[in-house]
This record gives sequence, C-alpha cells and structure tokens, in this order.
Amino acid sequence: MVLFSAIDVSKTYASQQALTNVSISVEQGTIFGLLGPNGAGKTTLIRIINQITAPDSGSVYFEGRPLKSTDISQIGYLPEERGLYKKMKVGEQALYLGQLKGLSRHDAMKELKMWFEKFEITPWWDKKVMELSKGMQQKVQFICTVLHKPQLLIFDEPFSGFDPINADLITQEILRLKNEGATIIFSTHNMESVEQLCDHIALIDKSKKILDGPTTQIRENFKTNTFDITYRGSLNVDEAYFAAKYKILSHEQNGHGNKLHVQNLHDGTSQDLIKDLVNQVEIISFNEVIPSMNEVFIKVVKQNI
Amino acid sequence: MNKILLILKREYTTRVQKKSFIILTLLMPIILSAILFLPAYFMSMNDEQQHTIAVYDGSSIFLGRLESTNLAAYKFIPKDEYLALKKDIKQSSYYALLIIEPNFLTTNAVQIASGNNIPYDLKSQIQDKIKSIVEKDKMAEVVRQTAIPDLEKKIELTKTHIRLDTIKVGSNGDSQKSSTEIGMVLGYIFGFMIYIFIFLYGTMVMQGVMEEKQSRIVEVIISSVKPFQLMMGKIIGIALVGLTQFALWVILSMAIFGFSKNFYPDHSKKQQIQNIMEQKQDIIQQDSSEAQLDKMQEIIGMTDTVNFPLIIGCFIFFFIGGYLLYSSMFAAVGSAIDAQEDAQQFMLPISLPIILSIMVMMSALKNPEGSMAFWFSMIPFTSPIVMMSRIPFGVPAWQLLLSMALLVITFVGMVWVTARIYRTGILMYGKKPSWREIGKWLTYKS
Repeated sequence: MVLFSAIDVSKTYASQQALTNVSISVEQGTIFGLLGPNGAGKTTLIRIINQITAPDSGSVYFEGRPLKSTDISQIGYLPEERGLYKKMKVGEQALYLGQLKGLSRHDAMKELKMWFEKFEITPWWDKKVMELSKGMQQKVQFICTVLHKPQLLIFDEPFSGFDPINADLITQEILRLKNEGATIIFSTHNMESVEQLCDHIALIDKSKKILDGPTTQIRENFKTNTFDITYRGSLNVDEAYFAAKYKILSHEQNGHGNKLHVQNLHDGTSQDLIKDLVNQVEIISFNEVIPSMNEVFIKVVKQNI
Repeated sequence: MNKILLILKREYTTRVQKKSFIILTLLMPIILSAILFLPAYFMSMNDEQQHTIAVYDGSSIFLGRLESTNLAAYKFIPKDEYLALKKDIKQSSYYALLIIEPNFLTTNAVQIASGNNIPYDLKSQIQDKIKSIVEKDKMAEVVRQTAIPDLEKKIELTKTHIRLDTIKVGSNGDSQKSSTEIGMVLGYIFGFMIYIFIFLYGTMVMQGVMEEKQSRIVEVIISSVKPFQLMMGKIIGIALVGLTQFALWVILSMAIFGFSKNFYPDHSKKQQIQNIMEQKQDIIQQDSSEAQLDKMQEIIGMTDTVNFPLIIGCFIFFFIGGYLLYSSMFAAVGSAIDAQEDAQQFMLPISLPIILSIMVMMSALKNPEGSMAFWFSMIPFTSPIVMMSRIPFGVPAWQLLLSMALLVITFVGMVWVTARIYRTGILMYGKKPSWREIGKWLTYKS
C-alpha cells in the first residue's frame, strides 16, 4: 500500500524553480531514499510533505487521500537544520515538543522515560540543552522526532554529528522502527547508508526527478558488465580472441591468487567469461561488480547537465 | 487553538522564571519609590546642621533681634573684632560673617562673607529675616504716625491667598473638581509606560523569534504547528509577561508607598515642619508654606476624583492594542534577519512612529483638546501613546471608541501582513533580504 505520494508537484520561489513536476510514491513499511545534490529541491519537497509550505501545482496524498492539516501528528520530521532551545531543560523541552505533536503531557512523559532509559540519557533530564554536546543534542532531537509514534518519519541527514557508535545506534533504531511498520523518508549524502537502509530511492537534481526505483534494481541497471576474478595458474590475455571480447581494466599476476578486473565488451553473459577462463586457469572467486550508490549518484548527476 | 495555548504557556513560563524578570520586577518599584522619597528624606536630614554666624551691625538696628534658627546661630561682634575677622574669616571659628553697614537703611543691602559656599536655604533665611525686621519697624513707624487703632492687624487681614479650583463638567451636568497638573502627571506616566512597554516587549518578541531562527528549532516546531500559531503564541505569551510585570509593579508600589507612608514622613515630618514654621514666625514664609500645603491637600483630594478604573482599563486596552500592532512588526523583523546587527535597518521604520508618538504626547499634554492631539490619537500607530496621555483629562466617548476601533482594525490587518512575512522569513537563512524581497514574500502561497 502506498502511504504517501506526490503527483506532478511544482514549486517556484521568487527567482528559482525549486521543484518541477516531481512525482514520488512511498510504500508503507519501507525506507525511501530521497537523494540529490545540494540545492536540488529535496528540502522543498520535504517541507511540502510537512505542510510547512504548499506546492504551486500538483497534489499530495497521504493514505490515499489528499494530505490534510491533521496529518501533521502522523508525521515525524528531523530537519537538516535543527536545533533546540538552548536555555531550556532537556526534559521540559522534549515534553513540549511531544505535546506540540498532539501527545498528552502524561503520554509524552511515559514515552520519554522509556526512550531516555533506552538511550541511557536519563541523567540529562534536568540539564540545559546548552550544556550538552552536539551529539547529545542530536540524540534528544531524534527522540523528539519519533516520540509520538508517527506513521511517516522523515530524516534529513540523521547521522550528522554522531560518532560511529551512536550512528550505529540510530541506524539500528531506524531499522527497528521500520520493522514495527513505520514508513521512512530518508535524505542523505551518505551513499553507504543509502545502500544499507533504503529499499527505494528517488534522485532529484535541478528541481527534477532524474532517477527513481528500488535500490537494488537501480544498481543492477548501472552495471557495466564488469567482473572481478581471482584465479590460479597462468592466463594469456593477449590473444586477439580475448582482446576483442574483453577489456582488461587491471591485471595483477603475482603467481599466487592472481587478480583480473575485466569488462565484457559485448552482451555476453558471465557464463561466457567463465567458459573462456576455465580452459586456462583455476578460478578461485568470480564476482560481478555492481556499482555503489556513490558511483550511480555521481554518474547520473554529472550526465544531467 | 490548543497548540497556541501550549506555545503561549512556554513563552510565558520560561520568561517569568528568568532571573532578569524577577530582578527587574522587584527592583523597579524600589528604585521608583527611592526616586520619590529620598530627596524629601535628605531635605529633612540636612536641616539639622546649625552654623555660627558672626554679625557686625554698624546700623545697630538688629542688635539682639536675630534669633538663632535651625540653620544659624547669630553672634554679634563689635567693630574692632569685625575688622580683625574681616581679614581672615577662613581661619576663624565662624562659618560666615554678616556685615550690616551703618548706612544700611539707605542702601537696603547687607553682605555676607564666608570661606564656604553659603547654602541657598541659609541665604534666603537671612534675607527673609532681615526683610521682616525692617518691614516690622517700618510698619510700626507708620502705625505710630497715623495713630489708627489696630492698623497692624487690619493690614495683616488684607493679605489674601487665592485658590483656583478647576471644575470638570460632565455631559449630564454633574461637576467634578479636576486638576490640570494631575492630568498632566497621569497622562505623562501612562503614555510613557505604553512607550516603554511597546519597546521593551516588542523587542523581546523580536529576540524570541531570532532565537528560534538562530538555534534552528523553528523548522522542528513549524512541522508541528502553523507559523501563525507560533507567532501568535509568542506574542500573546509575552503580552501576558508584560501585564504580569505591570500588575506586580502596581501592587508592589502600592505596598511600598503604603508602608513608607505609615512609618516615615507623616508624624515626624509634620512635626518638623511645624517646628520650623513656629521658629520662623515669618509671614511670607508661612504664607507660601500654607499655599503649598493647600496644594498638596488639593492634589491628594483630587486623586480620589480621578477615574482610575477607566484609566487602568484604557491603559490595558491601549497597551495590548499598541503592543499587538508593534510586536507583530517586530516579529516580522526578527524573522527576516539572521543576526542582531541586521536589525537596525528594519527597526528604524518601526521605531519612528513610536518616537514620534512620544513627541506628540508632550504637546498633547499641554493641549489635550488640540487638533494635533486629536489626529494623532486617532492614527493607530501613534494612538496608544497619544490617546493614553489624553485620557486623564477626559476624552469624549466617541473619540475613544473610534480610536479603539481603528486600532483593532489596523492590528488585525497588520498581523495578517506580518504573519505572511514571518512564515517565509523564519525559513530563510543566509543573506539579509531587501525590502523588495520581503514584499514578494507576501504573495507566496503557504
């Protein structure tokens, strides 16, 4: 089931086109990666989902019907530009933010106690925010985002400011929330975490969506028929037959566990390559090279001029 | 609505709990009463110091007739001592030397020589004393010459002190004593208070908006509430802080005033004044003191006839109205800028009408019925201050209602405009916007 969808959404600021006919569709219970270079229009789209701003044209649907103002309580948003009241106490502030999302003071308190214990930050309750480190503040902000158990969570660069241990903690929490049925829109420049977390991605560049699809399929689509092979024995790659079929990208021969990085120039399958190789050498490992999201990102954005 | 209440509560409680709020709230009435009471207190203290003054009386008119007072003890000295003293009065034990030349009756002049600066009080006391003795002698001479019985008493009776009562006639014919002075003082106090409150709490709103923008919490909050709710919650919350402070000031001032009235000036001071006056037996002095006492009593009596419920009611209305009008503009400025330094350029057009109001108020106090006072008490940007300064003098109901209605209409319109600037401004980081850009924000779709 589609939890959220935007259809043909456009938005223009004074001199700048922020979004041009962008459509996305987010399946319930999945993590949707919203990618794009700086200034591409991601934040505008996220603000439209949060009803902070409205599209000039196009429509936005939540649970299959047009998004309405009360849906705010079903959305949790961790903006990239985020902060807390510096002079307010951590606990009071978290309670306040929870209540603004529609929780009663009592429920907010109950949830907060649970989260503070889970993140082992109960002693911070009466501290002022300005006494906390940036990472500590981020933890509090994460809690405030998920506190009201929203159906749709939007994380914009959730890992910035975290050390690897806390980043892992947050990753585990995001995955747990997904398993419990939450739908997550995830915007980041960290492509490793996209590969790790996202089921589906959309890439926006210069206000337009230029790529959309399941993460694994997109990476499949960007395959270049390249393979990594480790073998034993001696391989003669200079034969005209071999050179016409394959492009050697790198070839390391050190007698033991030789490595070959090769691209199949024609539409031959991996089977063909294996056949060509097994005649000469003993194959230890054979891997098809699937491009990382990082490579896909750079390739797509560079092409989109 | 519920969310505005939440925001309002946070804005209110965090500010009321601040140390600066508590200190200012407690200190203000103390400072105020200190300003009112200390000068009076010190004046009564100073009287205690008595100086010894040497008198050389060449005319022999005053010999033995200058009685010591609280300020001075007189000691008559012969001519040779006077000549010696004249040279080094500084080294002598006398505070000053009063010289009355033999030809005094023709010159009507005396001299006082001293190494110190003679205080004004002492100077005028000596002057009055000599004057009254000379007048008494002249009077006695006239009485002796004319031989009219009881002439002295009769002349005394011709002296008359005139009191001028101004009567305020209401529309239904009832009349009330009023006082221009009271009107001016109250008008000034209330007009000035609105001025201070608008600036103080208006800039507080601006600071609050900037704090939210700078700390980047604003995007978190407006994903939960509408920017309009955030802005109004903040504005109303801070208005309540202002009203709380005002109420506490009134209560504390009344408490301090009542307390100090009981325990200090009344009995001791009155006794003191009476003692001084008895000592002086000085007709003119007594006369002016009497007039002053009259005035005091009159003013105290008059404050009872001032319509305080109306004034306080109007004060609260014009404070809230003026504050809402201006604080919404301050909120818009706070949303448009990133740093305090950029505030000046946008503050100026807001501050100008407020400062203009204070200037108009000064002249409205002198002429509360004038056309300048009238028009500026109708224009919503100046009416809170100018109208407030007119109210103690009595303002026709239709003018008051019209002014209030115009103020309400304007602030509703202004809140609409500023809310549109605000909701765009709070999400704009980086460069300082131009007026043109801010104008464009008005047309953005929310």
